[in-house]
Amino acid sequence: MRLRRLTRYCGFSGSFLKSGTLVSFETVDVFTLGGGVNLPNVDHDPMLLDVQDLRVLFHSRDGVNEAVKGISFHLEEGKTLAIVGESGSGKSVTSMALTKLLPPEPQCCVSGKAYLDGESLLNLSASEMRAVRGKQIAYIFQEPSTSLNPYYTVGNQIAEAIKFHRKEVSDVWKEVVKLLDQVGIREPEKRAVDYPHQMSGGMKQRVMIAIALACQPRILVADEPTTALDVTIEAQIINLLKDLRARLNMSIILITHNFGIVDEFADDIAVMFRGKIVETGPVESVLSKPQHPYTQALINCIPKLGKNKKRLPVVDYAELEK
Amino acid sequence: MVSSVGKVKKEPLLEVRDLSVTFKAERGGFIKRVEYVYAVKRVSFQIRKGTTMGLVGESGSGKSTIGKAILRLAPLGEGTIHYGGQELTGLADNEFMPFRKRIQTIFQDPYASMNPRLTIASIVAEPLIVHAQAMNRKQREEIVADLLEKVGLPADSMNRYPHQFSGGQRQRICIARALSSSPEFIICDECVSALDVSVQAQIVNLLQDIQDELGITYLFIAHDLAIVEHMCDEALVMELGEIVEQGPTDSLYRSPQHSYTHRLLSAVPRMPTIA
Repeated sequence: MRLRRLTRYCGFSGSFLKSGTLVSFETVDVFTLGGGVNLPNVDHDPMLLDVQDLRVLFHSRDGVNEAVKGISFHLEEGKTLAIVGESGSGKSVTSMALTKLLPPEPQCCVSGKAYLDGESLLNLSASEMRAVRGKQIAYIFQEPSTSLNPYYTVGNQIAEAIKFHRKEVSDVWKEVVKLLDQVGIREPEKRAVDYPHQMSGGMKQRVMIAIALACQPRILVADEPTTALDVTIEAQIINLLKDLRARLNMSIILITHNFGIVDEFADDIAVMFRGKIVETGPVESVLSKPQHPYTQALINCIPKLGKNKKRLPVVDYAELEK
Repeated sequence: MVSSVGKVKKEPLLEVRDLSVTFKAERGGFIKRVEYVYAVKRVSFQIRKGTTMGLVGESGSGKSTIGKAILRLAPLGEGTIHYGGQELTGLADNEFMPFRKRIQTIFQDPYASMNPRLTIASIVAEPLIVHAQAMNRKQREEIVADLLEKVGLPADSMNRYPHQFSGGQRQRICIARALSSSPEFIICDECVSALDVSVQAQIVNLLQDIQDELGITYLFIAHDLAIVEHMCDEALVMELGEIVEQGPTDSLYRSPQHSYTHRLLSAVPRMPTIA
């Protein structure tokens, strides 16, 4: 293990000091490390992403809002974790906190620990984070219309990702066409010169997936990828993601409030309610025998095909607060 | 699920015959060719008073366009629309005005369908003011307070602004606004699609309660098949501008005849059932 990496852990990180403390490395004795240094994995299990006690605070004129209140979860290589919850539960904020996509301090304070393959994520510098964002962790967002730049062709936008993260690729155009083909877009050479407004919602979402895949990321974060899409297009996108997951052995974090796709697509599930994870576990057991009343209420209030009740049961928040 | 309030009359409340809606699309760069896009192609259906008719289909199938054509928010092509026995298609704009009071709508996006500069009181009272109901400000405020209570919001929210409310609450305000002119027919254009599952359940229950109490007829446009099955007595399935199948929801869902209906139903992800 190189000395430089060790000093970086000791000097600048909060990994074993209290988080948020900046200590210059002259004052810390490099060779008297305390316990708890997280060195690159040698003997550990293949835990790709390890998040511990993540907290996100937003400061505004109306006060402080703790969007995420100390959650812990992990993602193993090749597995899919679904983070489920309502609007405002903190699920999108959690995923964006990992790669500093939230507003900078002091408006937004992120604390806690997050390790990607043993390396701490929350203490990286801006340039180091740029290398992680896209290359190690890539995102697909909910609204493909607003996530694509309307001024550039889709091919241009995919090429941008390739040129930044994969400088070894010589024929970028060929790679763009190959990616569009991989995500199931017909006549990829013709579609690559289209602008986003010339495409349907489903196609735009496929382009987003192509941009995310362009850098061959370790983790794909899909933030409500099918909420804005119809049921048949949703099925196609989910099948595409399943296919890509199988071929590329990608790990996926799926953020959604649609239990149907969680059932079909995810291995593990974490249910969030008002900034905390209330239940977590393998999908089959959590969905068939939910333990927490919130999970039970959420599953019950979804109308199911074939089951016709007079009134839909609703979530009783007052009861859950207790 | 036919409402017990008001008898189900023999003639339908809304009757649409051979409705077609076309849009002009210009193609080509320098030399423009005009192409006609048939958003809706010869659609016919009837809705009886006090019932809920569901309209399902994918994006681009023309379902929202039908709702808009009834309200004259989309250009009418061919065909006729009869409401309460009267024909709407040939009317001039000022003759159509009284029908705007009787047919109201709730849109999909609770963030875009309210003027952010108006207070809730102004927003909910707008249909009251427009349809020239002779009432003073105090009477209007009382009606607004009543309506807000009916949709489950506190009466003092009428002095606040839309940005201070959540998506589900805004949709309730839109429902209150739709009810303010005492309509007989409400077009719900994907009004629960943009909401969370828990909030969706509350809004669906609210709409059903309102129907039970006031006997309002709904045209419920949606792409969520489970909600349509729950809420609607009958349903229409649209594909690319045409109705491919229609009938009572029970038989439509249990034994779909058309291949497209089959495809839609099989694409719905199977929800988990608690053991």
